[in-house]
Amino acid sequence: MRHVFLDHQSSTPVLPEVFDAMRPFFTEAFGNPSSLHQHGLRVRDALKKARQQMATLIGADSEEEIFFTSDGTESANLAIKGVAYANERKGKHLVISATEHPSVINSIEFLEKQGWTCTRVGVDAEGVLKLDELRAAITPQTVLVAVHHVNHDIGTIQPMREVGKVCAEKGVPLYVDCEASAGWLPIDVKEFGAALVSFSPHRFYGPKGVGVLYRNKKARIVSMMHGGVQEGGRRAGTENVPAIVGGGVAAEIALTELPKRIAHTAHLQKRLWDGLRSKVTYIKLNGAEPGPKRISTNLNLSTEFIEGEGQLLLCDLNGIAVASGSSCVSKSLKVSHVLSAIGLDHALAQGNIIMTLGMMNTDEDVDYTVETFAKIATKLRGMSPMWDEFERGIIDSIIAPTGRGKSFSQHAADVSGKAAH
Amino acid sequence: MSDTYTLYNPTVMEHFMNPRNMGDIKDADGVGEVGAAACGDIMKISLKIKDGKIEDARFKTFGCGSAIASSSMATELIKGRTIAEAMDFSNQEVVDALGGLPPVKIHCSVLAEEALKAALEDYVKKHPEAAAKAGQAQTVAA
Repeated sequence: MRHVFLDHQSSTPVLPEVFDAMRPFFTEAFGNPSSLHQHGLRVRDALKKARQQMATLIGADSEEEIFFTSDGTESANLAIKGVAYANERKGKHLVISATEHPSVINSIEFLEKQGWTCTRVGVDAEGVLKLDELRAAITPQTVLVAVHHVNHDIGTIQPMREVGKVCAEKGVPLYVDCEASAGWLPIDVKEFGAALVSFSPHRFYGPKGVGVLYRNKKARIVSMMHGGVQEGGRRAGTENVPAIVGGGVAAEIALTELPKRIAHTAHLQKRLWDGLRSKVTYIKLNGAEPGPKRISTNLNLSTEFIEGEGQLLLCDLNGIAVASGSSCVSKSLKVSHVLSAIGLDHALAQGNIIMTLGMMNTDEDVDYTVETFAKIATKLRGMSPMWDEFERGIIDSIIAPTGRGKSFSQHAADVSGKAAH
Repeated sequence: MSDTYTLYNPTVMEHFMNPRNMGDIKDADGVGEVGAAACGDIMKISLKIKDGKIEDARFKTFGCGSAIASSSMATELIKGRTIAEAMDFSNQEVVDALGGLPPVKIHCSVLAEEALKAALEDYVKKHPEAAAKAGQAQTVAA
């Protein structure tokens, strides 16, 4: 059976060059970078090099602006809570976009329980932040604005330059979560006007266990992890040296390969979406069309009348790894908050899967996926009462309405006694 | 890889991949369609009833792997049961027969029970005399 990995948003394999660079730091170069002897100094030099590689990837002036954490979630926690606590006397208000990653949203919810307030700025149907709402949301008490570069679910690219301008006008530091874009799209912290930026090498062929947080002088921050004075006192705890070294190499390769990566994935993205929409009826692409508003690696799809987890399972049984934003794959039984924020009908959110492309994917992989997915949709529709009821004119399609029958949501509400959330 | 690690236990996977009794019954004696307000899944069960016994049961499900497996197992379990017996059917039977479901997926088995009960109610509404008989049978059994 062919194996097709279409979940590069979750993680990527470590490149051989990256693995080779890491290897000595497990064995002979095992020193602690805080030690003052030869073993420590050697490793300290390696960290400095990695910091430079990370700084170069995002156009930062100095490697001194780079902190290492354990992963993207820790970076987001440090950026949000660190700035909030450092500016407690100035104000206790934050502004985020409604479609941020859970590591941002849940950090905010934690702060809200401690007395902070937050305004969540809406997005349009393509997932693009409403800039006028952003401008209106910022108050004299606002201490931080957090807007991600690219959405983790639907791949929408935010207008970072414009967001940065608004924040600069208002004099509020901007935190940009680049977890879904680093290594796949150019990032320039100065062009973004960002005070903080986070990204993780395991999303672009580096190892897990390291997160990167860029911070410049525009943002005051306090430590969330207390202990020694590693990372300039901003993040206590012995650095994950092999992962940091590997991450640095992955960042350097990403920068060189960026045009090739964009061209390769954009080609596959088009082939995959063209194939799916020609072979599968009642299928919808959520977010922007492939192009300047959408990252080339992402397709977020809703296939009508069938549920997402079933699609995911059948894809997996056929060797195709995908993700889903359906309520059935979430432990909270809620559909993806991103799909809700773009106003997607619950029934379509329920039928959601996410395919994210990478360098190892080929034309053959894409064609196999199209062919297999068409069979999966047919199989699941054969089992679905909704497909049957659609064919009999009892319920209507949301994607291509026929004018016959009631809405899926109305029908679901009728048979469950109340509306699904 | 995908044939080595599975999200659910082998019984659940088996029923998801090769569901039993999938489809509709033409001229069904009772049909129940229910939705889960919690997640949005929808399940439909059709019954063929003869001489107070469930002769055939079929399902259609809009839902996840465990919802499909639960409806497949529920229809397997209730075939051959009397209306009175089927009225006592509990989702726990589905969970046990499937060898367990993840805690967050127990509601899928509840949906199967509700779909079955809705189909029985539909039958009883159309056949009040059968309900009386089933009631007597239940009294005698008790």
